[in-house]
Amino acid sequence: MKTWRRHTLTGYSWLMLVFLYLPISILMLYSFNDSRINATWSGFTWKWYVSLFDNRQVMQALMNSLSIGVISSVLATVLGTAASLAIKHYSLRWRTIVNGLIYLPIVIPEIMMGLALLVLFSQAHIELGKWTLIMAHVTFSMPYVMVIISGRLADMGKELEEAAQDLGATPWGTLRHVTLPLIMPGIIAGFLMSFTLSLDDFIISFFVAGPNSTTLPLYIYGLVKRGVSPEVNALSTLLIVSTVLLVIIAELFRRKDSKNGQIHF
Amino acid sequence: MLNKKPVKLLAVPALLWLGLLFVLPMLLIALLSFFKRGTYGQVVYEFTLNNYIRIWDPLYGQIFGDTLVVAILTTLLSIVCGYPLAYYISRLEKSSQQIWLLLVMIPFWINFLVRSYAWVIILRSQGVVNTILQSLGLITEPLPLLYNSGSVLLGMVYTLLPFMVLPIYVSLEQMDRRKLEAAYDLGATPWKAFWHVTLPMTKTGVVTGSILVFVSSIGMFVVPDVMGGAKSALIGNVIQNQFLSARDWPFGSALSIVLMLLSMLLILLYFRAVKAGEAKEGAA
Amino acid sequence: MKTIIHLDSIEKSFHGSIVVPSFSLSIEEGEFLTLLGPSGCGKTTLLRMIAGFEEPTSGEIFLDGKPLTHVPPYQRDMNMVFQQYALFPHMTVEQNILFGLKMKKVSAAEQKKRLEEVLQYVQLTELRKRTPKQLSGGQQQRVAIARAIINNPRVLLLDEPLGALDYQLRKSLQLELKNLQKNLGITFIYVTHDQEEAMAMSDRIAVMNKGLIEQIASPAEIYNHPQTLFVATFIGENNIFRENGTNTAVRPEKIKLYQPQTEPEKHRKQGTITDAVFLGNLRKVYIRLDGQDMTVMAHQYAGDGLDWKVGDRVALGWAQTDEVILTC
Repeated sequence: MKTWRRHTLTGYSWLMLVFLYLPISILMLYSFNDSRINATWSGFTWKWYVSLFDNRQVMQALMNSLSIGVISSVLATVLGTAASLAIKHYSLRWRTIVNGLIYLPIVIPEIMMGLALLVLFSQAHIELGKWTLIMAHVTFSMPYVMVIISGRLADMGKELEEAAQDLGATPWGTLRHVTLPLIMPGIIAGFLMSFTLSLDDFIISFFVAGPNSTTLPLYIYGLVKRGVSPEVNALSTLLIVSTVLLVIIAELFRRKDSKNGQIHF
Repeated sequence: MLNKKPVKLLAVPALLWLGLLFVLPMLLIALLSFFKRGTYGQVVYEFTLNNYIRIWDPLYGQIFGDTLVVAILTTLLSIVCGYPLAYYISRLEKSSQQIWLLLVMIPFWINFLVRSYAWVIILRSQGVVNTILQSLGLITEPLPLLYNSGSVLLGMVYTLLPFMVLPIYVSLEQMDRRKLEAAYDLGATPWKAFWHVTLPMTKTGVVTGSILVFVSSIGMFVVPDVMGGAKSALIGNVIQNQFLSARDWPFGSALSIVLMLLSMLLILLYFRAVKAGEAKEGAA
Repeated sequence: MKTIIHLDSIEKSFHGSIVVPSFSLSIEEGEFLTLLGPSGCGKTTLLRMIAGFEEPTSGEIFLDGKPLTHVPPYQRDMNMVFQQYALFPHMTVEQNILFGLKMKKVSAAEQKKRLEEVLQYVQLTELRKRTPKQLSGGQQQRVAIARAIINNPRVLLLDEPLGALDYQLRKSLQLELKNLQKNLGITFIYVTHDQEEAMAMSDRIAVMNKGLIEQIASPAEIYNHPQTLFVATFIGENNIFRENGTNTAVRPEKIKLYQPQTEPEKHRKQGTITDAVFLGNLRKVYIRLDGQDMTVMAHQYAGDGLDWKVGDRVALGWAQTDEVILTC
């Protein structure tokens, strides 16, 4: 093997990594820049972060995002876990049909789901607000929860559940004492993923949010449309940091005791 | 079938949820696309085909065309950027692989609004690039780096690249290495081995990645909204506009139905082309 | 002897194709019955039907004369030792073993008493607080057995329980398992593809092929009087002579070789030696028969003072009583 070929590949890959991270890093860096107007560095400051916490609208958006995130991911996790447990027992044919329906929301353009939900809510005369956001967020994050938990269940195989039944555990006893404890890392990972998706969602929220239910990404969008400002940089940085932390923690849970630790997404 | 084991009923709530909040709304917009818009933006429940006829207006044809071109270019560029990266990762040791994969995955989870905005900081006229170039004395006037089709394309590739890398990586991982060794054994050069063995065997990864990137880019409106100019509006922006500003929901629905059908058709054609390629290879 | 399990015209098909064709079988109380056959012969499916994980497509299974078909696995008075042990990874050795008693809501005092007994019995007392991951393959296997026998099942089902272990360990555990079965007096139904294992342990062996039980008999009977061509060739080595539409089997060790001129009255066939392998206590001699497209194996005691060399002309003979006529 020629080494120059390998070096080129290595160099190219690092370049791609730089391409992925440089813009985000610059954004984060500029959230600490003292100057408001231009791109020249004029000293380190925390003041943009401080001003965020003094801003009532930002705090309101943050509270909205967090409460919507928690409620929608609890719902998505419960529904998704229950469904994954059931689908495992379906015959191949039913499983294919049901999986098709469940994974469809992942491959449909997000904009379509957003406007379709807007149409539904308005036709059903449901006022847009926190609850419509929660319903929408559950809908798009549940499939992701199911991908993670189904992966975990497939990893586990059926032998352990059979062993439990063989030792006298009823189906519910098996679920409680064997299945649930074993897929718990997957459930936690699914919960964190759906919380991240909810916290991050812009497109679908854009269509179904009401005037008093602005979330952080929606608030950021409003600011971005007005132009670059250090406050947006600071707010975006907070969103980035919390997303990255959540994803890493979720990933650690998902890989915990899992046989292959393969990336599913 | 479903009543034999009670555990099978656990899927019912989730299926009902998706039925009510996913399938039903999709059917609703399909229905809505055949109705009329009232004077005040309300929906008038009278059957019409006008919304679909209006799409034939060259103005929308142009936008659909632009959208497809951007989506296809985004897909191609993502393959070019993503394949070598995925290939590199698959050749690393297991422990480094996990780290690299996490590094590729993390940006995918970061909000794309924020990721597009990051490019605005870099590319705008008082942005990082222009400031550096000006202070170096290389340019006197700021370069128009933002608000054009190029910047839209850049933003699209940037936000969607992880969608391409992960499936290709998975298919490279699942590939049977022995076939590659056999090819080397038979005297193939690395390039020939790559071209005739590795690439065909990882076709599924490329196809999956392409579909994910293509579907996401065809409905994208955030990137053009943030990084594009007035002329670089894509069909996603038009649909968004019909729903939120113009308040012509029936027309917006018709546009999105056409968009969905078009993307399904293209995916189908793509599959066909790949299949045909395989058949040809098999015959040769 | 009393019948404990009776399978009555059991049949199993998956997606319309028959995996186990209809057959009946009675298993006696306290016996060690082995289901032996190549992989894919239906032996595991049969075991899983008895355990209740698969339902027979038709027919009925009886335990002590009571029909079992609609009794779920958790209400059947039998336990299984799984191929990969299926120990619960989130529980300690102790918790694994106690699982069955907990599920049956046995009193705490009784649980404790039986746990101590069983731990002692399988020599796991010191390892009781470990998790399965911290145990060797052999230790895991003992936990799997302890977890099953603590429930005092009527029948113990074992699905290739030694398959994952290395050869030496397998050998010693074969004896242990056999002793365990004798001491406990529990009926064992044991699935394996290893004929040596089946021979060493079983009271009766059911040889299975393509879902059918070809023959069910004691190990000696199976070896000495195989009924079918499959059994004759699957168990041990055999020479099959096809003459006038019947197959006759003669074991290699029953064939005696003669030099062409000695004891001509005992000669049955003539041939030329194509290969001779010296194995210490015996020689494996391969003879190409004259005028026939067939090579015969003959095992000769190495201590007979005769030297068989490749290319030698020899005559073969065997006693009438060592011939087995195969019915099919």
